Amino acid sequence: MAEYKGVMVYCEAAEGRLLPIATELLGCGKKLAGDLGEELCAVLLGANVSSVAQEAITFGADKAYVVNDPQLGDYQTDSYVAALEKVVKEVMPQIVLMGQTSVGRDLAPRLAFRLDPAASMDCIDLAIDPESKRLLQTRPVYGGNAQATFTYDSDPQIATVRAKAMSPLEADPSRQGEVITIDAGLDPQAIRTRVLEKVPEEVAGIKLEDANAVICGGRGIGTAEGFKELEELARILKGAVGATRPPCDNGWVPDSAQVGLTGKIVAPDLYIGIALSGSSQHMSGCSGSKNIIAINKDPEANIFKEARYGVVGDWKKVVPAFRDKVKELLTE
Amino acid sequence: MNMIVCVKQVIDPEAPPASFKIDSASNKVVPPPGVSPVISPFDEQSVEAALRIRDAQGGKITVISMGVNLLRDVVKKPLAMGADELILLEDDAFTEGDSWSTAYALAMAIKKIGDYDLIFCGRQAADWDAGQVGSGIAEILGLPSVTVAKKVETADGKAKVERVTADGYEVVEVSLPALITVSNELGEPRYPTMKGIMAAKKKEPAIWKPADIGVEPAQVGTAGRRTRIVKLFQPVREGKCEIISGETPEEAAVGLATKLREAKIL
Ligand SMILES: Cc1cc2nc3c(=O)[nH]c(=O)nc-3n(C[C@H](O)[C@H](O)[C@H](O)COP(=O)(O)OP(=O)(O)OC[C@H]3O[C@@H](n4cnc5c(N)ncnc54)[C@H](O)[C@@H]3O)c2cc1C
Ligand SMILES: Nc1ncnc2c1ncn2[C@@H]1O[C@H](COP(=O)(O)O)[C@@H](O)[C@H]1O
Repeated sequence: MAEYKGVMVYCEAAEGRLLPIATELLGCGKKLAGDLGEELCAVLLGANVSSVAQEAITFGADKAYVVNDPQLGDYQTDSYVAALEKVVKEVMPQIVLMGQTSVGRDLAPRLAFRLDPAASMDCIDLAIDPESKRLLQTRPVYGGNAQATFTYDSDPQIATVRAKAMSPLEADPSRQGEVITIDAGLDPQAIRTRVLEKVPEEVAGIKLEDANAVICGGRGIGTAEGFKELEELARILKGAVGATRPPCDNGWVPDSAQVGLTGKIVAPDLYIGIALSGSSQHMSGCSGSKNIIAINKDPEANIFKEARYGVVGDWKKVVPAFRDKVKELLTE
Repeated sequence: MNMIVCVKQVIDPEAPPASFKIDSASNKVVPPPGVSPVISPFDEQSVEAALRIRDAQGGKITVISMGVNLLRDVVKKPLAMGADELILLEDDAFTEGDSWSTAYALAMAIKKIGDYDLIFCGRQAADWDAGQVGSGIAEILGLPSVTVAKKVETADGKAKVERVTADGYEVVEVSLPALITVSNELGEPRYPTMKGIMAAKKKEPAIWKPADIGVEPAQVGTAGRRTRIVKLFQPVREGKCEIISGETPEEAAVGLATKLREAKIL
């Protein structure tokens, strides 16, 4: 029987480019493949993704497998699991990595259960055990209050990786690699879902996950109007506004503003947490920020355990004065 | 519409982070004393999703919970909210499973129930945050699945599901029977009414053992695990926050801005 060998990265792309998470996965996959002395390959699934294969190679893949099929235009569980299952069975990688994204969250467990073991979701550290050569999969558990390292004995070992947890390699356009096309072999009858509509939430300004400054508001902001004040501050800092879950649940901000374990992952140079307690689930989404600043009226709030600088006080008094001073300093 | 909802009893995820303790020798979490466990929050939202469908068009809701030391006050909450029946997979053999052994046992229990149109799970359990069991059950039972739902409606043998994505949502149609995992965007679960609480008190859950669902004890719980925990640990936090103070909040705010400038953060 053939052996499972090498590392495979499932690369998500949009508008003909790899998503940042895909380049991060390739960077991480390259290291793991190196430690195993094996190859790194990329897989692209979609209606028309051939053009992205070369980009995956510049970011470190030795080979790129491309599966083009009109039925892979929209992400759908049945079609994507079937197509990826086919690729994995043909290539037989020892390790399969995906992003902890809307797609990866859905695809990884389903694929893992089809191929037998379960996946490790939302990993922040992956390493090859020097003795057993098995994949050590470290992920936050209990909302980020703890971390656990998992391993399992059967192949392929499937893991999803949290955004911004790994570093991409420098793109190298001179890197060469083979591009291999695989037929999806989909049975239209086996696709039991249909995407009727996509409804994007329009967000003005800089995207939260790309911003160098993130101003997050919590339950203590109290109203949608309150968030307008944070937007003002964000504008001055050329940043974006995020939120904990309660402001999203209450409709003060769109759901897509949520930062945390089940929301967006941000790692800006400057993160300011305002009127939020710093729950482990929220901090999961921002603890990679370079400088964490806290404004909260409760000196015991957990956010002060994570912050570098803080002010204890009512945000309604602190934020306007802070904003004016920042504006002054930045226009000096 | 026959619906099944899988709910898990977990340590309260909203308990203060400082109360969270682990025993590193056994790689186990020590439940914080005096803090009652709860139904994992997304699972309450799953119950709510099922109740909304029953409100609209009738049907029956069966709740399944697997574990040991299941507190009746906790696991009966879905009944108090309005669910019709409760089945507990309660046996030492069901202790501390991984995603695989948990999904397998739940799938076998669902098979035994047999008659269902919709199965609901939470998008992830608030203890191990895996987010796999729903998809796992669907795969084992050969059902289609839609994950991270914020709205579910059914008509003509199909469900229309609003699935949350990073930048909005998409509307997905799925044939029934299907499995759906639910997210908090669905909205607040309803509070149990006094009448509901009284009715739940009187209802006795059915207790199923491994043999009742046709599995060997070695296939479920710890014995059935495919993943091993090498290490469980608490990340160390630096915790050296410099508090900028002032006579007034405004003064402190100005001090903070100045400090950030000095530190070249601004
Ligand atoms: C499985 C799971 C996943 C989750 N995922 C996420 C996630 O991705 N993101 C997320 O954010 N949450 C998530 N949560 C919810 C999380 O547990 C917390 O409930 C949430 O983060 C709390 O938000 P908060 O800090 O805004 O509110 P609270 O904890 O209520 O804190 C409000 C804070 O505001 C302060 N405050 C109030 N008024 C003022 C004022 N006038 N001035 C200054 N300070 C004031 C208070 O002192 C308090 O510290 C998740 C929960 C679970 C169980
Ligand atoms: N022990 C359990 N009993 C009942 N349902 C469970 C159990 N474990 C997991 N589930 C269901 O599966 C979902 C996802 O769990 P997980 O994959 O462990 O994050 C939960 O939200 C529940 O709906």
